[in-house]
Amino acid sequence: MSKKITIKKGFNIPLAGEAEKTIAEVEAGHYAIKPIDFVGVFPKPLVHEGDKVQAGSELFFDKYRENIRFTSPVSGTVKEIRRGAKRVLLEITIEADGVQEFVDFGKANPGSLSREKVEEKMLKSGVWPFIRQRPYSIIANPADDPKAIFISGFDTHPLAPDYNIIVEGQGAAFQTGLDALKKLTTGIIHLNLQQGATSSEVFTNAKNVQINWFAGPHPAGNVGTQINKIDPVNKGEVVWHLRPQEVITIGRLFLEGRFNAERIIALTGSEVLKPRYIRTRLGATIAGMVRNNVNAGKVRYISGNALTGRMIDSIGFIGFYDSQVTVLPEGDYYEFLGWALPGFGKFSFSDAFPNFLNGKSKKYQLDTNMHGGHRAFVMTGRMEKVFPFDIYPLQLIKSIMVEDIDEMEKLGIYEVDEEDFALIEYIDTSKTEIQTIVRQGIDLMRKEMS
Amino acid sequence: MNGLRKFIDNIKPQFEKGGRFSYLHSTFDAFETFLFVPNLTTRRGSHIRDYIDMKRTMSFVVIALIPTLLFGMWNVGFQHFLSMGESATLWENFWFGFVKVLPIVVVSYAVGLGIEFIFAQIRGHEVNEGFLVSGMLIPLVLPPEVPLWMVALATAFAVIIGKEVFGGTGMNLLNPALTARAFLFFAYPQDMSGDKVWIAEHGDAMSGATPLGNLLTNQPLTTSASDMFWGFIPGSIGETSTFLILLGALFLIITGVGSWRIIVSVFAGGFGLAALFWAIAPYIAPDNAYMALQPWYHLIMGGFAFGAVYMATDPVTASQTNRGKWIYGVLIGVMAVLIRVLNPAYPEGMMLAILLLNVFAPLIDHYVVEGNIKKRLKRIPVKA
Repeated sequence: MSKKITIKKGFNIPLAGEAEKTIAEVEAGHYAIKPIDFVGVFPKPLVHEGDKVQAGSELFFDKYRENIRFTSPVSGTVKEIRRGAKRVLLEITIEADGVQEFVDFGKANPGSLSREKVEEKMLKSGVWPFIRQRPYSIIANPADDPKAIFISGFDTHPLAPDYNIIVEGQGAAFQTGLDALKKLTTGIIHLNLQQGATSSEVFTNAKNVQINWFAGPHPAGNVGTQINKIDPVNKGEVVWHLRPQEVITIGRLFLEGRFNAERIIALTGSEVLKPRYIRTRLGATIAGMVRNNVNAGKVRYISGNALTGRMIDSIGFIGFYDSQVTVLPEGDYYEFLGWALPGFGKFSFSDAFPNFLNGKSKKYQLDTNMHGGHRAFVMTGRMEKVFPFDIYPLQLIKSIMVEDIDEMEKLGIYEVDEEDFALIEYIDTSKTEIQTIVRQGIDLMRKEMS
Repeated sequence: MNGLRKFIDNIKPQFEKGGRFSYLHSTFDAFETFLFVPNLTTRRGSHIRDYIDMKRTMSFVVIALIPTLLFGMWNVGFQHFLSMGESATLWENFWFGFVKVLPIVVVSYAVGLGIEFIFAQIRGHEVNEGFLVSGMLIPLVLPPEVPLWMVALATAFAVIIGKEVFGGTGMNLLNPALTARAFLFFAYPQDMSGDKVWIAEHGDAMSGATPLGNLLTNQPLTTSASDMFWGFIPGSIGETSTFLILLGALFLIITGVGSWRIIVSVFAGGFGLAALFWAIAPYIAPDNAYMALQPWYHLIMGGFAFGAVYMATDPVTASQTNRGKWIYGVLIGVMAVLIRVLNPAYPEGMMLAILLLNVFAPLIDHYVVEGNIKKRLKRIPVKA
C-alpha cells in the first residue's frame, strides 16, 4: 500500500550555490577509500603501497566481520596507505591508470540467483557496504533478514543533488539493483519520492518496490524520517537503507559483472564559481574540480552537504556515501556586537531576526562561524520544531549525555542517526555539538548490545 | 572597531592559561564576547550554524521588560505624589521613581553578576547570560520601599542557593527571581506585604492598600478595572500595568523567545477557576469578597499577568515538553487563584503557584515522556 505522508516539522536552509543542471566530465586521477567513512569498521589492509589493483580488487576488510570487503573503485596503483594518530587507517589512495580494468565477477540475472549467490557476489565485489542498517546506522549485517529496505529517492539537504539527474538513463541498472535487493529481504522495499516534484521515470516505473510519497521540508528526504513514518524500528528489528546511486552500482554489478563505481556528484556552495554536476568515480579527489573554480579567500571544502558532511582539504577525497561537495566561506572573524544588532539580511530559523524583511526566495551565503559561544541547554520547545520523529529529542540527548542506556533505548535511540539531528544542531541556541553526542550514544548502545 | 579589536587581542594572552590574570579568564571572556561575537568556527557536525545565540535570546527578554521598568519608575513617583495629595508632572513622577528604582536594579545586577562571574571562574565555564534576565526581574517584583541590603541578600540567596548549588544556569529547579522574592517574603514579611510598603515615602492622603489587600480583608474594591489594566495602582515596581506586560508578551511570542503555550494556559487556568468560583460564590460563601470577584479581575490584579508572562515562561524551570507546558501553565493559573481565594493568609498566590509548579514541572514532563515510551513499546508486534 503506497503511502502519502506530509512532514510539517523542519525547514529548508536556503543556501546559495546550487548546482547548475549540466554534467561535466572531470578526470580525477586520484581516488581513495577512507575507512573512517564506515562507522564501527576496524580495517585490516590487504594491499601495500605500490601494488597494482583493478576496479573491484580488495583493499581491506573489517576485522570483526571478515566477509565484508572493501574494494578499489578504479584500476591503478596503490599510492599511499595513510595512517593517523595511533596508526588509525585514514585512507588508501590509488593513482588511476589511463584505461580501466575490472575484476570480472560474472554477469547474472539476480532474479534467477539464490539469496546466497546474490549476497556472495555483493560481498566479494565491495558493493555490500552501500547497504546500511538501522539501528546504529552501520553497514548491514549479511546474516540479517531486514523487515524492510528503504530507499529515499530525493535529498532535501541544503544544495543537495537532484537525484533525477543522477539516475537519468540508468533505469535498467536501477531495476536490476532493486531485483538484487529483493532477494535479501522477505519484507518490502520502500522507494520514497517527493510529492509535488517531478520524479524521473526511472523511479516511477520501478518494480518490486512500494512507492511512497513525502511532502514537506527537510528532513523529509532523510531516510530516518521516512523509516519513522512508514515502518519504525523497534527493539530487535532491523531495516536496511541505501541511496539510488548505490542501487545503480549494485545493478551494474549484475548487468556488467564488474564493480563499476562511476557516479555523478554535485559540486555546490556559494564559493564555487561554476557549481554543476560532475561525472566521476567513487572516492575521487576534488582537486581537479575545485582548481581555479573557487572564490579567493579562506574556504571550507566539505565532502557531503553543509549539515552532515565531513571537512576535507582542497586535494581531499569524496566520501564513500557522498554525492555532493560543498564549498563554503570560513567564518573565523569577529563580529562587533553581532548578537545585539538588528540583523538585517541575516538568515535565521529564529524569529528573533527580522527574516520577514528578506523575502522568501532569497538565497544566503552562510559561513562556518558558530555565531555564539557554547552554553548550557536553556531554551526548550525549539528542537521539536525541526524534528518530525515521534521522539522527544531533548530528552533523548540528555539521556545520552548521562549515558543512561535504559532510557536511551526507551526514548528511541534505535531509530535515529546523527544526520537526523543535524537541523537541531543548526538551530541550537546553546551551540552544543549535538550530532557528535548522538553518535556517541549510538556507539555506546552498540557496544552495550553486542 | 579595528582599534578596539586590536586592543583586546593585545591584552588577551594575559587572561589565558598561564597569563598574569588567568584567574579572570571567565570575566574577560564575558566582556570580550559581549563586544564581539567570537571567531569560533564549526569543527564537527553541522558546518553552518544559526545566528541565534544565548546573548540574543536573553537580551530579548530584557527588551520585553523595559516598558514595565520605565512605567514602573513613573508609577512609583505617581503613587508617591498621589498619596501626598500633591500633583506632579510626568517628569517629576518619573524622576522620583527613577531615583528610587535605579539603585535596586544596580544592586541586583552587581550582586548577582558578581556571584555568577565568581562561580563561572571557579568552574572554568563561560559566564551564562541567564542572570541578565533574573537581574532585571528581581527589582520588578519587589516593592519600591525595599531596603537595598535586602535586595543584595535576596539576590545572593537566589543565585547561590537557587541556582549555583544545582550546577548553575540550566540546572536550577526554581526560578531565581522568584526565589529571591520568596526569600524576602518569608524572611521579612513586614517589608514585603501589608499596606505600608507599596508606596514609596507614603503620605497620608490615601491608604496604601493594594486591591489584593482590600479583598483579603473583605473590603470593597476601591480601584477601577481600567486603572488596574493600565497600571495606575500601588504594587511591586514592574507588575502593575497589565497592558505593558501584554505588550511584552506579544514581543516574546512573536520573536519566539517566550512560550505562548505557557502564557495562554496560565491565563486560561486562572480565568477558568476564577469563573467557577464566581459562579458558585453566592451559594457557598456569600461573604468571601475574593470568591465573588468577577473572574477577569484576577488576571489584571497583583502579579498574575507579570508571573504568567515573565516568570512561568522561564524555560529552565518550566515544563520542557509542549504537552507538559499546557498542563504546567493551567495548573499555575489554577493554583494562583486557589491560593488567593481560599487561603486566608496570603492575598497573592502567583509567586507560590509558580514556585510550586516549578517543583512539579519535571514530574509533569516525566509522565508526558512516559506516554511516548509506552506508545513506542506498543508498536512492537506481538509474535504469535
